[in-house]
Amino acid sequence: MKRFEFLIEWALFLCALLSIGTTAGIIIVLAVETFAFLREVPITEFLFGTEWTPLFATPRFGVLPLVAGTMLVSSIAMAVALPMGLLSAVYLSEYADARVRRFVKPVLEILAGVPTVVYGYFALLFVTPLLQQFLPNLAGFNALGPGIVMGIMILPLVSSLSEDAMQAVPRGLREGSYALGATKMQTSLRVVLPAAFSGITAACILAVSRAVGETMIVAIAAGQQPRLTANPMLPIETMTAYIVQVSLGDTPQGTIEYRTIFAVGMLLFLGTFLLNLVSTWLRDRFREEYA
Amino acid sequence: MTHIPYSVRYIPVAVLVITMAGCGQTTNEGGQEEGAPAALITLDGSSTVFPIAEAVAEEFGKANPNMRTPTVGISGTGGGFQKFCRGETDVSNASRPIRPAEIEACQKAGLEYIEVPIAYDGIAIVVNPKNSWANNITVAELKTLWAPEAQGKVTRWNQVRASWPNREIRLFGAGVDSGTYDYFTEATVGKEGASRGDFTSSEDDNVIVQGVASDELALGFLPLAYVEENRERLKIAPVDNGKPDDGAGPITPSAETVRNGSYQPLSRPLFIYVARKAADRPEVQQLVEMFFSRSDLVREVGYIELTPQIYELARKHFADRKVGTAFGEGGSQVGMTLEALLAKER
Repeated sequence: MKRFEFLIEWALFLCALLSIGTTAGIIIVLAVETFAFLREVPITEFLFGTEWTPLFATPRFGVLPLVAGTMLVSSIAMAVALPMGLLSAVYLSEYADARVRRFVKPVLEILAGVPTVVYGYFALLFVTPLLQQFLPNLAGFNALGPGIVMGIMILPLVSSLSEDAMQAVPRGLREGSYALGATKMQTSLRVVLPAAFSGITAACILAVSRAVGETMIVAIAAGQQPRLTANPMLPIETMTAYIVQVSLGDTPQGTIEYRTIFAVGMLLFLGTFLLNLVSTWLRDRFREEYA
Repeated sequence: MTHIPYSVRYIPVAVLVITMAGCGQTTNEGGQEEGAPAALITLDGSSTVFPIAEAVAEEFGKANPNMRTPTVGISGTGGGFQKFCRGETDVSNASRPIRPAEIEACQKAGLEYIEVPIAYDGIAIVVNPKNSWANNITVAELKTLWAPEAQGKVTRWNQVRASWPNREIRLFGAGVDSGTYDYFTEATVGKEGASRGDFTSSEDDNVIVQGVASDELALGFLPLAYVEENRERLKIAPVDNGKPDDGAGPITPSAETVRNGSYQPLSRPLFIYVARKAADRPEVQQLVEMFFSRSDLVREVGYIELTPQIYELARKHFADRKVGTAFGEGGSQVGMTLEALLAKER
């Protein structure tokens, strides 16, 4: 019996090792190829150059247009997801009665289960033409449509995690607030929301990290033109969409063009990794203890 | 071009399928492969010609189930000729006539070849159907618009032609890995692979169709066959090359104007070069004959078939084993019809 136990423990350990090994492998591949890339392109040109045309006859390796594209789309997504997600979290946690919540919460979470390729075509073929009714200058590929759709996609992430955080706030705090004569709204916004702050912030940062890494929606609907702009009406290209574009072309392996996708991937990885670290740190740092 | 990357994406699948088919044959039909010693036919070269060659190779494989399906590589026209002149391939696919340096390399190796035209490729300039001003465009204007110097500078319609509106122009074009891009830049800018970099560049032609069809301020270039599939969603801008002798004024691209050589410079013939030695093998003869007789495949994969007369002439040249190239000095010859070239003595 003891031996059996031992075997199981080893099997479990191997499973854990597999995922750690995969992560390590990814980091090593990214690092090796990025290093090879940076031997040919100075890191200052890569990080601060404003033109990204690595596939053309006169290549430029400034990653800023791709970073700007990613930030633009993510900001639009957060502008949609943050207020809507927070408000629906407040409603679900504080106002909705249990029956409504039991019904609405899973429905909201279905949004997160829609395949992103569906969201991509939804942005390209429905949202963008709809927006063009009001904004005639809107290009067919643009940052606005996919940004809004991406916001809808990450909305359940924000609302669900925030609602969990608010639910974790002890009843006593709410009752104390009511006892002092506060209204329901004052209690929700001034007591519960601040008390759940760390959880909500962590949720938001996770949502940002999800938006930054989102690939399919922007690859389909945002265009493929690296452009350093804050104008959401124009075709842009995000870091993820660039990686897709090169992976699908005929770019031969081992060339500098091919290595660009690893360099961009590394930057993307570091970005989301940093966001996740900040999210964890915030959650631990500002956790309110109610014991 | 869409058909290229799609096909390329499926190469691993194709290889797998072929390998599996091969395994199936050896297990199920045993000695049959040993009984059919016909050697594998190898094709390599242009990625533009690839879809046609691949389609023909597939049909050949279907027609000859006991022979191995010919392999089609995509080393590019230049890379294909390098292998071809070293005698590594039987057939070289080319989206331009053989160049003098390549002629020399083949001569040195003592390798003779037969030049066979198989189809035309045309590139159309398209704008949005709501665009009311761009009713035609000149080659000089295309150069202004697409040259590397234009990057970040030529960004409005009225910078291309003063009478066009002072509005932003949004550009779409084939990806830099495609033969369409290479030929477009060579024909307009004057140097292969030289263009501005600030446009939506996609290997997937559907992206370009979608981009132009959904944006009033867009202009793009596309393989002609693609435009014909999307006639209602795009508006074609006829192209004027300023040379009245091959058709005066702006010419609308169509199968007709591409064939008679008046839609210049954005159309070109495509070729296969068959090694003289390989031409004596019956299976190679059968394959080449399929390039002539199955012109429906050419249309199917998005190109324009030659006229029956040219197919007839090409067939005769191949039967007579006429070696060498009709393009004396080599390289692209703009504005010369295939009839005239094929009739030329060499």
